Amino acid sequence: MSAKKGAGDERPAVLVTGIAGNLGRRLAKQLHRKEKVIGIDRRPFPGMPKDMEMYQLDLRKKKAEDVFKRHPIKAVIHMGIMHDPRMSQEEHHSFNVLGTSRILECCARYGVKKLVVLSSSNVYGPSPDNSNFLTEDAPLMAASRFSNMRDLIEVDMLGQSFFWKHPDVETVVLRPVHIVGPNIKNAPSNYLRLARPWTMAGFDPMVQLIHVEEAARAMVQALRRGLRGVFNVVGPGEVPLSKVLEELGRRPIAVPHMVARPLLNTLFRYRLAHFPPPELDHIQFLCAVDGSRWAKEVGWKSAYSMRDTIRAVESEGP
Amino acid sequence: MPVSLRGLVKKGLRQWTTSMAGEELGSKVSALARTGNEFGVDPFGFSLDYALSAIAPIVWMYKHYFRVQTYGIENVPAGRVLLVSNHSGQLPFDGAMIGVAMLTEATPSRAIRSLVDKWVPTLPYVSTYMARVGQVVGTPENCRRLLESDEAILVFPEGMRAINKLYHERYQLQDFGLGFMRLALETNTPIVPIGVVGAEEQAPALFDFKPAARLLGIPSFPVTVTGVPIPLPVKYRIYFGEPMRFTGRPDDEDAELDRKVRTVKAAIQGLLDQGLREREGVFR
Repeated sequence: MSAKKGAGDERPAVLVTGIAGNLGRRLAKQLHRKEKVIGIDRRPFPGMPKDMEMYQLDLRKKKAEDVFKRHPIKAVIHMGIMHDPRMSQEEHHSFNVLGTSRILECCARYGVKKLVVLSSSNVYGPSPDNSNFLTEDAPLMAASRFSNMRDLIEVDMLGQSFFWKHPDVETVVLRPVHIVGPNIKNAPSNYLRLARPWTMAGFDPMVQLIHVEEAARAMVQALRRGLRGVFNVVGPGEVPLSKVLEELGRRPIAVPHMVARPLLNTLFRYRLAHFPPPELDHIQFLCAVDGSRWAKEVGWKSAYSMRDTIRAVESEGP
Repeated sequence: MPVSLRGLVKKGLRQWTTSMAGEELGSKVSALARTGNEFGVDPFGFSLDYALSAIAPIVWMYKHYFRVQTYGIENVPAGRVLLVSNHSGQLPFDGAMIGVAMLTEATPSRAIRSLVDKWVPTLPYVSTYMARVGQVVGTPENCRRLLESDEAILVFPEGMRAINKLYHERYQLQDFGLGFMRLALETNTPIVPIGVVGAEEQAPALFDFKPAARLLGIPSFPVTVTGVPIPLPVKYRIYFGEPMRFTGRPDDEDAELDRKVRTVKAAIQGLLDQGLREREGVFR
């Protein structure tokens, strides 16, 4: 597809960053029939719907701004965030935080009317002090125990400050719970795919999962006119971790928590494990959120049952 | 194999619970199963199925060890309510006994929530057990949420100071926190004062061995006559007082809140005095 030059007669588009990821591809498939979709990603998007456009570039590059110059953009869905514990902290931070600020600057400069920022419920961080259901006003404490979370919190904060600085732009920050699904490669999905996952002996926190299709649907819903604010997005509810593993037929290994941390630390350092040690907090303590604000605002109800959501980890996706 | 063994233990415990509490308990409490999902655990982590098995030893203690007697349990109104009790005994059996009383003797049967300290979620096994039998960490947000959905919450406003008090301090109420009063005012919740008589003698602590407590990172290290805080077979008497309703601003000055709290404290002291007068002995 060749991009048309004169922007005047073009239908205003929804720009999606990070579109070539698993969640982005699902979002594109849900959105491209309703809206004109333009994607930006460093990665290629094989099997992209024919009626959308794609720019393969880095958000931090000047070229990203050219997309705004070339096309009328009415809304931006920003999910070009990466979370790879093996990547250097510096690159991580630069990609996430600089990339986000560039996109937000463009939104302000080119009169974008709607901005949706994908954050995560992980920004609150698991902790024994947590209330059972954290509301959107709860402090973002994740980095206090897991410093790699710092830039994800910063992205969330950038979205929030944009909300206040630009009242003319409808800004929505979405904080979905753990996204799971076929082919999803995030920490919770990878963990649930292990045949013999570790559990913390004597700990069985309630966990919240959301199907990747539902997370994509939430992003589409967030485009609704008039909607603005910060929202937790919950799937079919909460369930003890042990029941999730049981449903998947896993045979967990219960490791005493005093041993688990130093052991995983060593394993991670020597690349024998893929989970950074602070992730253990998620299988030891509570980090569950209250999704009622979102439920009330958009009439949100999970389309997937808890069982189907859990099983989605396993099934092969399209 | 371990799964079936666990299943057997669970079934055995469940039968034990019903044999002690009566067959009708099952039907009485089945209405309590809170709406959850297909996995039978409510959003706060309470599982009726688990609880009915897990509480078997507690019900046994209720019936045969502490031989609990309740007075005025009909005073507990339907709907949201704060049960405010004295606290003692080194291990929180008083909370457990109030819970069993509300489950087996109240009509209709109620599965109460009690609030636990923030260090409970850091304890292996204990944290899971507590969550499955309906306990939640006592943050103000949790309380508000539970009261707004018309649950019964048990609070010990004396907190940790009281449970670890020494033998010579028995039946002397410690300072009350103001948090429960703020919540009651904010959510328009009646307060039922409760006096637990008996528990204060269950594990007589002679002194608090502070260096050991610091070493283990626990709030206190009481040294009891038995060496460990195993409760003696004292007789429990639980007095439920008349519901008290308060009006006023939840963000009022502490002095004003404290005045209201003192009326609750006085009511509990009254129940304790009544219980001490009426009983024939610590073990009878």
